Amino acid sequence: MEFLLLIASPLAGAAVLAVLGAKRFAPQLNIAFSLVTFLSACALTARVIGAGNLTFAREQFFIDPFNVFLVTLTALVGLTTAIFSRPYMRVEMEHGRVRAPQLRLYHSMYQLFMTTMLVALITNNMGLLWVAMEAATLSTVLLVTLYRTGPSLEAGWKYFVLCGVGIAQALFGTILLYFAAEHVLGAEGVSALLWTHLNAVKGSLEPKVLSLAFVFLLVGYGTKVGLAPLHNWLPDAHAEGPTPISAVLSGLLLNVALYAVVRCKVLIEGSLHSSLPSQMLMGFGLLSVVLAAFFLWRQRDIKRLFAYSSIEHMGIITFAFGMGGAVANFAALLHMTVHSLTKSAIFFAAGHAAQKSGSQLMDNIRGLITLSPTIGWGLMMGSLAILGVPPFGVFASEFLILTTAMRQQPWATPVLLMALGVAFAAIFGRVQPMVFGETTARRLPHPPALLPVFLHLGLVLALGLYIPPYLAEWYRAAARLIGGG
Amino acid sequence: MAGVPFDLQLLNLCAALLLLLSFAMLSQRRIVNLVNLLAVQGTVLFIATLLIAWRTRQAHLYLSAALTLGLKVVLLPYLLHRLIRRLEVYWDAEPLLNISGTMLIGVLIVVFSFGLAQPISALASTATRNAIGVAVAVVLLSFLTMITRRKAMSQVVGFLSMENGLFFGAMSATYGMPMVVEFGVALDVLVAVLVLGIFFFQIREQFDSLDLHHLESLREDATSRRRE
Repeated sequence: MEFLLLIASPLAGAAVLAVLGAKRFAPQLNIAFSLVTFLSACALTARVIGAGNLTFAREQFFIDPFNVFLVTLTALVGLTTAIFSRPYMRVEMEHGRVRAPQLRLYHSMYQLFMTTMLVALITNNMGLLWVAMEAATLSTVLLVTLYRTGPSLEAGWKYFVLCGVGIAQALFGTILLYFAAEHVLGAEGVSALLWTHLNAVKGSLEPKVLSLAFVFLLVGYGTKVGLAPLHNWLPDAHAEGPTPISAVLSGLLLNVALYAVVRCKVLIEGSLHSSLPSQMLMGFGLLSVVLAAFFLWRQRDIKRLFAYSSIEHMGIITFAFGMGGAVANFAALLHMTVHSLTKSAIFFAAGHAAQKSGSQLMDNIRGLITLSPTIGWGLMMGSLAILGVPPFGVFASEFLILTTAMRQQPWATPVLLMALGVAFAAIFGRVQPMVFGETTARRLPHPPALLPVFLHLGLVLALGLYIPPYLAEWYRAAARLIGGG
Repeated sequence: MAGVPFDLQLLNLCAALLLLLSFAMLSQRRIVNLVNLLAVQGTVLFIATLLIAWRTRQAHLYLSAALTLGLKVVLLPYLLHRLIRRLEVYWDAEPLLNISGTMLIGVLIVVFSFGLAQPISALASTATRNAIGVAVAVVLLSFLTMITRRKAMSQVVGFLSMENGLFFGAMSATYGMPMVVEFGVALDVLVAVLVLGIFFFQIREQFDSLDLHHLESLREDATSRRRE
């Protein structure tokens, strides 16, 4: 029941908003559908805590400790972003950047995007996972180009082509996976793509085919994670689309794509009995961290700056999953959670800051704190949190990742530390003048929604200070499931 | 080819035709012809699917063949032709690399693909050994088509031809994916073409052209200049 509602609610939302998306009450409708989704995610979580793993619809969908917390997180960020987007999109309307048809498209596609994310998370079928990931690209492409400006069209085209070609590689990887599984699970094809079945027989899958499959899957889904050197679409798509979309791209899409990579890694590492997948994850992760840290210095656009910061953090998480083992996986999962919450909070604050200053260029955003202390502090706190300042949750997870790296991969620790230092200097140096100093900001026609910003930051702070035992148990169970190390 | 059953010979013929068509696409500069080649590629794929369906007697493969016929032979080429007429893009600009150079790279790609497909082919039933190498080659050649073209339209044809290659790979290696997945993939492809159609009108409205070099302003250094 909860399960059905979880998928049906955003899907119905997409259909209803495709018709009513430009009405006055459309933003409230958007929030209502997101709220139903979130509540059913909570109910589902409660049921899983009580009853353990569940499968639905002839095992096509399943819930285990790894995906259940991501489902809740996705639904939560979906809800808060919907709350944030209500005043944000109204201001964009008043400024004449979007008109009624675009608003309808925006609301409908937003809900469709949420559907694809949730389907990708809970599906047990590796083929459906692919279909949902591709659908996620398709539903957001027209949102990136929502403003119909030259740069936004360019960003949309890049996003489409890079992610389309990338995801085609992932399809080939999926075909190879199916090919290998068929030899073991039989040619009837009903169960040969189901993750739970594959996981049960992963030891007997043909290693040569699977190592080839992993390369394709990693490149394919890795493009969507934004791993260097396939990250080119990410800063453009984040900077040119409307801010709520930047928030869900960074906070959700990257997570879900990484989730797909890790699912594949679990299968393939179990078959190969070698550390090739781990090493590839660590390599790509580290490369992304270093590259993003240095690119941060060259940014002048506030949304591009934080987009590069997302690449950096995805690199850190990928590296941690690559190291594997109970502690690193635990830290990676925690980092996924706190990064998603913090980054979307930052985008909320940055979006309002850009609206107030009439520009996304950081040189034009000055002295936020004088006109609107809440946005200023939101941006400042968010930046400090993402940079790993204690006591925020990012500190806890980065600390865990670094100490594990020292033990397991000592050579990587100085590289990571240096990259984190470079990123700290780059971001902090940019954010400080934006928050303090003389102001250039103006008043907005609609009061911004700041509840989501502080809700997210509060959660991140709470996770940094104290992880409730059932949540920790959950992370541990998921970390065990991912294994490796 | 003594000893090889007739239907397998036909299947190998289909594989050879697909490879040939990929090279034809690589050298074709008229966009209308490019779309026609895509339709022919779809037809060959349809015949190959029918052959495999007949050989393995799997009912769902007939459905999959019908899907190929409807989507890849009829609907997508029709949509693309309509787009071409309405957007009035008939010729691609001079490709980034001259044709003979591209062809030479293409030959190297084919050799590489067969090498790459070796471990997979070794496991496959003898019937479709060559076909897997061909499928990989078609995917990579389509990729090359996408890289060397300037017009958005030809890049899309390259993208769809890549999808055809993947489909042929799935067909020859595993006799098709489960039906749910195949429907999902087909739906995604259809939606992709529709989204692109909308997208092209937006690009044309903005730049009065579908030439992609208009879309090269977003670079690290250019972003600041553009916004001021």
